[in-house]
Amino acid sequence: MRPETKTENRKAPTVIDSPPSENLQLDNNGRLRHFLSIDGLNRELLTEILDTAESFTGVSERTVKKVPLLRGKVITNLFFETSTRTRTTFELAAKRLSADVLSLNISASSTSKGETLLDTLRNLEAMHCDMFVVRHNDSGAANFIATHTAPHISVVNAGDGRHSHPTQAMLDMFTIRRHKQKFSGLKVAIVGDILHSRVARSQILALNTLGAEEVRVIAPKTLLPADVASLGVKVFYDLEQGIQDADVVIMLRLQRERMGSAMLPSEHEYFQLYGLTDERLEAAHPDAIVMHPGPINRGVEMDSQVADGPRSVILQQVSFGIAVRMAVMSMAMGTVTPGAAKR
Amino acid sequence: MTTANKIEIINGRLIDPANNIDGQHNLHIENGKICAIDQPPAGFTPDLTIDASNQIVCPGLVDLSVRVREPGQEHKATIESETRAAAKGGITTICCPPDTNPIIDTPAVAEMIHNKSLEIGYARALPIGALTQGLEGNQLSEMVALTKAACPVMSNAYVPLANTLVERRALEYAATFGITVFIRPEDRHLRDNGCIHEGVVCARLGLPGIPEAAESVAVARDLALAAHTGCTIHFHALSTATALEMIRTAQHNGLPITANVAAHQLHLTEDDIDGFNSNCHVIPPLRTKHDMDELRQGLATGVIGAICSDHQPHEPDAKEAPFPSTMPGISALETLLPLTLKLVQDGVLDLATAVARLTSGPAEILGLPLGQLSIGSDADICIFDQEQSWQLSADEMLSAGKNTPFLNQTFTGQVTHTLFQGQVVFQS
Repeated sequence: MRPETKTENRKAPTVIDSPPSENLQLDNNGRLRHFLSIDGLNRELLTEILDTAESFTGVSERTVKKVPLLRGKVITNLFFETSTRTRTTFELAAKRLSADVLSLNISASSTSKGETLLDTLRNLEAMHCDMFVVRHNDSGAANFIATHTAPHISVVNAGDGRHSHPTQAMLDMFTIRRHKQKFSGLKVAIVGDILHSRVARSQILALNTLGAEEVRVIAPKTLLPADVASLGVKVFYDLEQGIQDADVVIMLRLQRERMGSAMLPSEHEYFQLYGLTDERLEAAHPDAIVMHPGPINRGVEMDSQVADGPRSVILQQVSFGIAVRMAVMSMAMGTVTPGAAKR
Repeated sequence: MTTANKIEIINGRLIDPANNIDGQHNLHIENGKICAIDQPPAGFTPDLTIDASNQIVCPGLVDLSVRVREPGQEHKATIESETRAAAKGGITTICCPPDTNPIIDTPAVAEMIHNKSLEIGYARALPIGALTQGLEGNQLSEMVALTKAACPVMSNAYVPLANTLVERRALEYAATFGITVFIRPEDRHLRDNGCIHEGVVCARLGLPGIPEAAESVAVARDLALAAHTGCTIHFHALSTATALEMIRTAQHNGLPITANVAAHQLHLTEDDIDGFNSNCHVIPPLRTKHDMDELRQGLATGVIGAICSDHQPHEPDAKEAPFPSTMPGISALETLLPLTLKLVQDGVLDLATAVARLTSGPAEILGLPLGQLSIGSDADICIFDQEQSWQLSADEMLSAGKNTPFLNQTFTGQVTHTLFQGQVVFQS
């Protein structure tokens, strides 16, 4: 049943309390082993990822843009779904950590020949990889791979179906923290296709775990999951109401194929109702920042004036993505110790 | 299998819901038939005596939906492997949906399945005839010929009829000849590519959802056509409280409507999928606790007349993939009775009603003289120890499919003997 009240606010039950031993992502000492989802990770760990990323931001500005943390390690990018931005930033992050990187576009090769995902994994394990960075169109694919891979291999989820895209969420948290310093007291509005968005699911979990005051989702019912309020969000159907006093406005990418289907009548009507313009942004907090995971459909999700305007932090998100991915990779490989980032 | 012509089963608590019997009675069997209750016929000397002290003696279970995967998918299971597993579960009659390869839309395929099961001799496999040729939803199958070839009922399996005119004609034709039609109610557009109940867990895991309305919309349509055509419809594998309520009302209004539920729907909910447990990937999907509780109530009140296993054995690879890419279904023959007995332990059903939902209930739906211990009926008998605890292990499962979310769980209540047509086909 769809929630009828717009203000229902139930927190997801498993966000903070999961005991480490039951979480596939953590080792027996509660340290990050895989990075599959924000679900089940506590505030301390998410903060550690942000702090570690902070310590890596300087690396990109050096003449020699490398640190030797993952020297001799082999990282394989396993992309079962095409991606430019995410794959490139993962590659760059791995290279800056001095790892050897192998990028495989599998959608076209093995699976079309009937090789099962497990067979593909076994073959790659035989090549002595240390980490898989996985993108797959099935929700749960990263969990599946982490469950079935050899114990010495770490798995980082680069997006699985509609489930989770945790590094994207963490780079968004990093961007928010850079601009807002802390999460408590923040009102964050997420606008657009929540239903199909792994980014939104991860952002909602991360924001609630990090203590944001209020997470809102704004979309027509066709783009909202059933029982969306159970994720710990307030639901709005009206953009201006939803971004009222918001400190952060996150616009989601709208896949072109949703247009003209029964999901939405047209780009025109979508932009009329949910497109972000300077005028509409007036409703938000005066210091509000505008984010977008990219790539932007200009004139659909937002005006160019907003995308290129002073409140937009969209390009910063991309560059912070490298530092955040460096942090996650080095933590999952056990090459940074807790608190190292603070020294 | 032991061959014995005359068997007596003594000292057991006999539960035979069809004949309203529940008490201590001895049973006598000759030439594969039940020949006497309590007093043996004059001059009866048993070749075999089964002492069923402290045990329950009931009719062999009748399971309304069992995929044996033969013909066509023998890498998953065979008639032999699955009827043997059925015998271990106390089941002596299994109904096989028509989505085999080739499809059960000709008498030859139907007869092959039926005859082969009788030759092997563990249990009776009754083919369910295809409602439309090739299950394609266009042309009616030769229903009368299929009925003569041992198909007690017709069904379009898990391929919902898209065209309501074809459905109307199929139900009219079936009604002409008094044929019951099994329907798995599902609106294929609302189902879309969903693989999990559209609800809280679906929202969190981002798996494509199947709304409750996918079932209730179909039930509403099918009930309207049942009223229009007068066809007897049996709804297979209910999953939602809403559909249950609609069926209750239809029954109340006198429509010839029955329903079954798969045993796992009475014990699992959407929450069990957390962590992407592919052994909980079933169609219809596991729903909410409210749905589960209502289905349990529907069973107690009799709106749902039968519990089936909805057995779907798979090879390991079919479940070893990311959740949406795994095959749905549970290997469930060996847990049908224990999961039903768990409802007795949970206080949902009394023992006699539980037995009825596994024996006389499904037999009545099929319109066959099975699931009863009447004099002269086939000696299909299940004997179980209600107190015996045991653990389900893959090694000890006889089904070729080990795909079950109940692995390593402890159950109370275990089959000790199964007799099919007067032969002991399983003994623990």
